[in-house]
Amino acid sequence: MLHLTTGRVGCLLSKQAVVALTGSGARMSSHGHHEVSDSVDMSQPMYWDRLDTPLPDRPWKDVLDSTDKSLKQKEKGPWTALSKEEKIALYRLKFNLTYPEMKRPSHEWKTVIGGMFIVFGITGLVVFWQCHYVYPPQPPTFDEEWQAKQLQRMLDMRTNPIEGLSSQWDYKNKQWK
Amino acid sequence: MSLAKPAMRGLLGKRLRFHLPIAFALSLVAAAAFKYGVTGPRKQAYADFYKQYDTTKEFNNMRDAGVFESVRTTGE
Repeated sequence: MLHLTTGRVGCLLSKQAVVALTGSGARMSSHGHHEVSDSVDMSQPMYWDRLDTPLPDRPWKDVLDSTDKSLKQKEKGPWTALSKEEKIALYRLKFNLTYPEMKRPSHEWKTVIGGMFIVFGITGLVVFWQCHYVYPPQPPTFDEEWQAKQLQRMLDMRTNPIEGLSSQWDYKNKQWK
Repeated sequence: MSLAKPAMRGLLGKRLRFHLPIAFALSLVAAAAFKYGVTGPRKQAYADFYKQYDTTKEFNNMRDAGVFESVRTTGE
């Protein structure tokens, strides 16, 4: 759900607003500075996993150990020299989640539907209580007798005689067609 | 890993060339269906009704039923 709501927040908004909506989350990995609380230092380039904004300001792994450094050196050469595993390792240095990982389905829908039904149930109880305690007495126009007299008067007046009500009434035999 | 280059241009034109004739055809079908299904029968129903309509008879029926305020029921 967070991804959905923040999808509305595009690159046009300031990054502050984006982070405020997404929360800090698991965005720090191998970060040089240690955050004491969950607050993010907004003066530094940020990393994010977002479907709509693909290239974050900084790579996932900032602090590289010696193997990573040597791999980055190799990356400066021709990429055909890189093996498949090295390319994947380089990707994982740069990015935390792949697009399929970002798009992975969750069980959230069950919570949503369940919560929905709970709210429906509570609303139903409220409505029932209201019908009993709040509504004024029903007007006389709802009584069976009144409704029958009303219908008879409408037929006498020949309301909608061509395609509507009175067209369905058989005046000779005094019954519905 | 050499894939064919995907279509880069003319995407809207292609879509329109496919969908517009269908859209026109369906609209015409909808209009024809409405004309022959709804307006035709309705006009016929009105014509048939008024062919057999005896104004005075209907008036007297309504009057006897007592729905008028300006005309009393017969026999009063």
